[in-house]
Order: sequence, then C-alpha cells, then structure tokens
Amino acid sequence: MTTFEAILLTIVTASTPLLIAALGELVTERSGVLNLGVEGMMAMGAACSFAAAVSFDSTLVGVLAGMTAGALMAALFALAVLGFAANQVGSGLALTIFGLGLSGLIGAPFVGARRDPVAPVDIPGLSDIPYIGRLFFEQDLFVYASFALTILIALYLTRTRSGLTLRSIGENHTSANALGLPVLRVRFLAILFGGACAGLAGAYLALVYTRFWSPGMTAGRGWIALALVVFAAWRPGWLLIGAYIFGAATVLQLHAQAAQFGVPSQVLSAVPYLATILALLLLSLRHGRAVGAPGSLGTPFVPDR
Amino acid sequence: MKADVSSSGPPLVELKGISKRYGDLLANDGIDLSIEPGEIHALLGENGAGKSTLVKILYGVIEPSAGEILWEGRPVAIGSPVEARALGLGMVFQHFSLFDEMTVAENIAVALSGEWSLATVRGRLSEISRTYGLVLDADRAVWTLSAGERQRIEIVRCLLQNPRLLILDEPTSVLTPQESEHLFVTLDKLSAEGCSILYISHKLEEVRRLCRRATILRAGRVVATIDPRASTAREIAALMVGSEVGEIRTDAPHVPQEEVLRVDHLGMPPAGLHGQALKDINLVARAGEVVGIAGVAGNGQSELFAALSGERLAERADAIAIAGRACGTAGIDARRRLAAAFVPEERLGHAAAPTHRLSENTLISHAATEVSRSGFILVSAAKRLARSIIKSFDVRTPEGDPQARKLSGGNLQKFVIGREIIRKPKLLVVDQPTWGVDAGAARLIRQALVDLAREGSAVVVVSQDLDELFEVADQMAVIHQGRLSPLKPIGEWTREAVGLEMLGVAQAQGGAHAV
Repeated sequence: MTTFEAILLTIVTASTPLLIAALGELVTERSGVLNLGVEGMMAMGAACSFAAAVSFDSTLVGVLAGMTAGALMAALFALAVLGFAANQVGSGLALTIFGLGLSGLIGAPFVGARRDPVAPVDIPGLSDIPYIGRLFFEQDLFVYASFALTILIALYLTRTRSGLTLRSIGENHTSANALGLPVLRVRFLAILFGGACAGLAGAYLALVYTRFWSPGMTAGRGWIALALVVFAAWRPGWLLIGAYIFGAATVLQLHAQAAQFGVPSQVLSAVPYLATILALLLLSLRHGRAVGAPGSLGTPFVPDR
Repeated sequence: MKADVSSSGPPLVELKGISKRYGDLLANDGIDLSIEPGEIHALLGENGAGKSTLVKILYGVIEPSAGEILWEGRPVAIGSPVEARALGLGMVFQHFSLFDEMTVAENIAVALSGEWSLATVRGRLSEISRTYGLVLDADRAVWTLSAGERQRIEIVRCLLQNPRLLILDEPTSVLTPQESEHLFVTLDKLSAEGCSILYISHKLEEVRRLCRRATILRAGRVVATIDPRASTAREIAALMVGSEVGEIRTDAPHVPQEEVLRVDHLGMPPAGLHGQALKDINLVARAGEVVGIAGVAGNGQSELFAALSGERLAERADAIAIAGRACGTAGIDARRRLAAAFVPEERLGHAAAPTHRLSENTLISHAATEVSRSGFILVSAAKRLARSIIKSFDVRTPEGDPQARKLSGGNLQKFVIGREIIRKPKLLVVDQPTWGVDAGAARLIRQALVDLAREGSAVVVVSQDLDELFEVADQMAVIHQGRLSPLKPIGEWTREAVGLEMLGVAQAQGGAHAV
C-alpha cells in the first residue's frame, strides 16, 4: 500500500462517522425536529458499544449496544420535546451535556482496554480496480452501510409514501395535522432513528476508528454532523459530498501540519470547516434557488384538541 | 323563520348540542345542525362566531366538550380527520392545509388514505380535472401557484375520495366572479349526484344563489335556521351581526381636486422567480377621492403596492410622483415625508411586529416624525400616540398596551390603518384593507377611508373584495397580469365588466374599454 492510498483510507475512516450521524439527524430534521443532542448521543453510543464489545468480546453486540444507547437517549429527548412540547434547542443542548457526562461514567472501567481491528470485507473483482478499488471496495461493513444508508434515505424521502408523510410533517405540521397525519408518531420514530444513527456513528469511532475508549473522544464530531445537515440543504446526496470534503480536509491538513509548510497550525486546523462551507455554498449556488429548512423545523407541535 | 325539511330518511349528519369551551371562552354553545343527503347547507356567521370551531369538530380536528354527532342516524365519535374521511367527509380548508415546497401531485397523494402512488394520483387528477373543469399541473410546486389554483388542489383532493359530505370554508374569497360561478356549477353538479355540501361563508349573495337552508351562528350559538331565498340580505346580515348593519355614509359629494399621485408608464421586473411583473402602469389619484384597484390575487397587486410605497424602487424617478414631486427612486421614508402613508396586506409581520407592543409598533411608520428624536425613542410620546389611535379607531385591546399578536385580526387592522390615518396623510395607499376582518370592523375601516378622502386626501384601495370597492371607491381600475385597465368612475363599471377585465378578456378583445 502506497502512502497515498493510506492517506485516502484514513479519509474514508474520518468521513464515515460524520456521514452516519448526519444522515440520522437529516431524517430527524426533515420531520421538523431539531435535535442538538447528536454529540451526546454519539458519546453514549461510543461508550456503550465499547463497553459491550469488550465485555462480550463481540463487535456485533457492541454495535447493537451503541445503537440502542443512542436511541434511548433520543427517546429521552423525544419525551421532552414531543411529550411536553419543550424547547428543542434547550432540550438538545441538555442532552449533549448529559450524554457527555454519562458516557464518561459508563466508559470509566474500560479506559485502557483495546479492541482488535474490525476485518475489512473485500468485494472480489471491484477491489482490484486501480486506486479506488481498495479504497472503496475493501472496507469494513460500516463504510458500505453508510453508502447504502445514503441511497436508501434519499429513495425513502423522495419515492415512498411514508417518506412523503415525513416531509409533509416537517414542512407544515399544522396542515399535516389537519389532514390527519400522525405528527407526533412520525416525529418520535424519526427522532429514534436519528439517535440510533448517532449511536452507530459513536460505535464506529470506538470500535473502528480509535479502538479504545477515552472520555470526550467524539471531539465535536456531533456538532460537525449537525452543521453538515444545514450546509447540505437537507439533501442526502449533498450530505455525502459534504462529509467526504470535511473528512478529506481534516486528514490533509494533519499531513500538511506534519510537513511544516510554515503556515500556523491553527490556520490549517480551520481549513476543513472553511472548505466544507465553501464547497456546499457553491453547490447551492449552482442549484439556482435558495433551499430553505423544513418549514416547521424547531417549532414545538401542540395538537389543538 | 322556519326551514323546510323535506326528506324521508334520517339526515346524513346531525349535530346535537355541540359545545366547545376554551378556558373562559365558549366557542360553540349547544349547536344543533342537520344536513340532508344532497343538500347544500350554508353555515353563516361573522369571523369569531364559531364556524371554524364547529367544522373542525365535525372533521375530527378538535374534540367537542359536549354534544353528539349522528351519521345517518347512528351516533359516531370522530376522533381524527382520518376517521372523518373514512366516514365520507371531505374538507376544503380556507388556508393552512397545503405544503408549499411540494408538488401538486405530492400534496394530493399525502392526503389520500390507502396505497396511492404518484402515478395513480396523476391519472385520476387529469380525469377529475376533465369531469369538473378543475385544471391543474401535477408537477408544479405549490408555492408557484395562485390562490385559485391552490383551492383547486384542495377540492380535487376531496373529490378523489368520493365524499358523501363536502365542507367548504369561505371558498370564493380568492376567486373572480366567473371563477366563483364555475365553482357553483361544480357544486350544483356534486349536489345533484347526491353529495351533501356544508358551505361556510359570510357572503350573502352566493349563499342565496346556492343554498335552500342556512344556519346562522352568532357568538357560538345558532340564532336561526332559515331559507336564504325567502329572506333579504339585510335581514340575514342583521341576524349575523345582531343589530342593523349601517351603510357607509358619503355625505359630502365626490369633488376631485388637485392631483396627489401620478403613476406614469411604470414597469418593473418580477421580484422573485414567480413574482408578477408590472407592465406600463398609468394611474392618477386626486385629493378628495377613493381610487379602487380590483383584481384576483397574484395579478400584481402586491408588486404595485411595493412600487407605490417604495419598498421596491422604480428605474425612473418620474415614474411615480407624489404631490407633484418625482419620487420613483426614493425610499419609503422619503415618500412618507411627502405626506404619503401605506398599509400593506399582511398585518402581522409586515404592517406590525407581532411580539412588539402597540406603542412600539407606532414607530414602524412614525419613526421619521414625532415618536423618535436623534435615534432615541420618545417612549411616552409613542404610548400617547398608541392610546389615541386605540381611542379614535375603537381598537379593543386585552390590556392597555398589548403585543400586536394578542389583538384579533379586525382590531389589529383598525390599529394599523388608524396609525396611518391619524397622521392625516395627503395620500394613503392600502392593500386589502378588510381582509379577514369581521363586519363591524370592516365597516369602521371603510368609513374611515371614505372620510379621509372627503376631508381632502387621496386614497388608493387595492382589494379583492368587489363589494368593498363598489361601496367605497369613486374611481376604479382592474389589474390583470401586471397591467392596469384605464380608470373609470365607479358608476360606469358593472360587475360583469370587472369580471371580464379580471380574466383579461376585455384586454384580449382589444380596446373594448377604450371608451
């Protein structure tokens, strides 16, 4: 493997958790709910998946535990914002703080433990394609899952009845309610899905990316995922592009720092953020018309009965 | 006043003693109402009489506090709109049930229960369009459509479910007289096919045209069930309002004086992707007269208002002159200094800031004059001004100086119009002055506009309500696709002529109005 290929591989690894977490948040937001707790759910996913994987010596159990933890955290959030129509921004921030704290407690006994790398799954034939073959077709299952998820969510939102219902509810919950669409039920499921995705992204960080646990290891990735959803204008396809630009810029700036170009490292650290904003901005300019957030995003829904 | 109930079987739907309480407010108070199969039944009442609450209960959107609903003689509990639709109810909402960012086909599919693919929706859409003459393009996004087209979506959406009872909430408020007549033909056809219709309106003429029975609500109660053909419009209005409705007084004769507003070959490109361009607009308003601009929503009224008020600037300064001063390229404040005043269509968010108090809202248009000095707000002056507006224009407020959003539509409209009139402007331009306002407030507003003109100001009223324009205007023109017809004295207009202009037929025939 050349150095170049190695760099490309790390880009995939850096982008995948962002993509998975952001996809979950995208679905939640398209239903009209803004969950700022992604970072907290991700941290819980990482801690619980690592604890379960070490305890049962099974990556599968770890992944399931991570997704469950994320979904449970999301259920707590749903109780507040749907059950009690609480402010979504406040509840989301609280969820992040709570998740970061609780994950430290759960992970504490596992500090110092290590997991073996997850074996890549080789897709015969395709992995022999020069340059991109090994990059995209000799990866772990998470990477394939993230691509599949992007396509499935895109199809779900535009091609299925249930996706249409979800979008309608996010667009205008008053109309949706007047038509008899189950606003709260759909939002609850969308929030749970977002939580499970954040948990899965956390599991990926702990089981594949670092293979150990340390408190605060999510390091702001949940926030990046949130920003990506906005910059991708709530479109799964653009989200994929955005996540990979961010991942690539992160990895490349690390190498640039190591090569000591004489540019202050703080400037280089800012490059991924600037690059992502710029790229998605250009994308949306090309598209011609400003794309707005789902109409009801962030507004609590109180059924008028 | 007895209604004729001529039917053998049980009524299709019967409401018995329906009440709905919100805190201290009794929105519906023991309402009885029955609808026969195939009947077109009118539900009449002012804004706030409880019509919307009642139909929301019938459609399962809200739960009644007391009372029962019988469907074909059997008691039913309608817990949600889905259950209502399963029974055979269809509802055409006045607003708030479409999704702007989605296409026509998606908007229809999302409301239909069962497995409706977009392809089947498209097929049935063109079928229904042909049968009832409701033309719609399946792939257009709703935000690009006119109000009339949006209403068609709602109607088609209901018809696709073969309803037994169709509820229409103020359906003609966005239509031309011809479009309304077209709708009535569709409704007559449906009624003949056995579909019952509950027709909610405050327009008496169309109720008399369509319905044999009308239930009249006032303050949450049924005050009468009558045959609208056997009563005069005056009698019905008196029942709705609870007292005689006064007519607009125009004591002083219309004596046009000097020119206050001149619009000269004004053209303007559309503001957004789907806005309406203004094309070669010519208009003169003189002191002492009310000039009416009629037209169907979306034909350039809001663009014309924006151009007159200076929210959008013209290319040439002399395209618009106020009090003889060319000001086409001057902003809104500069125009206010020429003693002009403007009231836009949207009350909340445009004419008034919803979460600001009324005294703070006086600053929106008085900033350049008496309530601020060197950038500081004169709080007590603003409060004094708000109080005098509240007093002179009979604004009913829940507290002394409430937030704008706490006022009902009618009261807030009285406030924003009062805020401009109290300055005694030489020119007042107002867009849809009584949109969604109850009859009492509408009368007060119209009277205030007429009085202002008689006292020597020029008043330009842009309105979709023809009755209103015939009542207040001295001269009128019709706007259609960004073009304005010539101004004619109100006595020379007939409703039919206005309708033809609204449809652009008169312009197409070429100089039919060049008399």
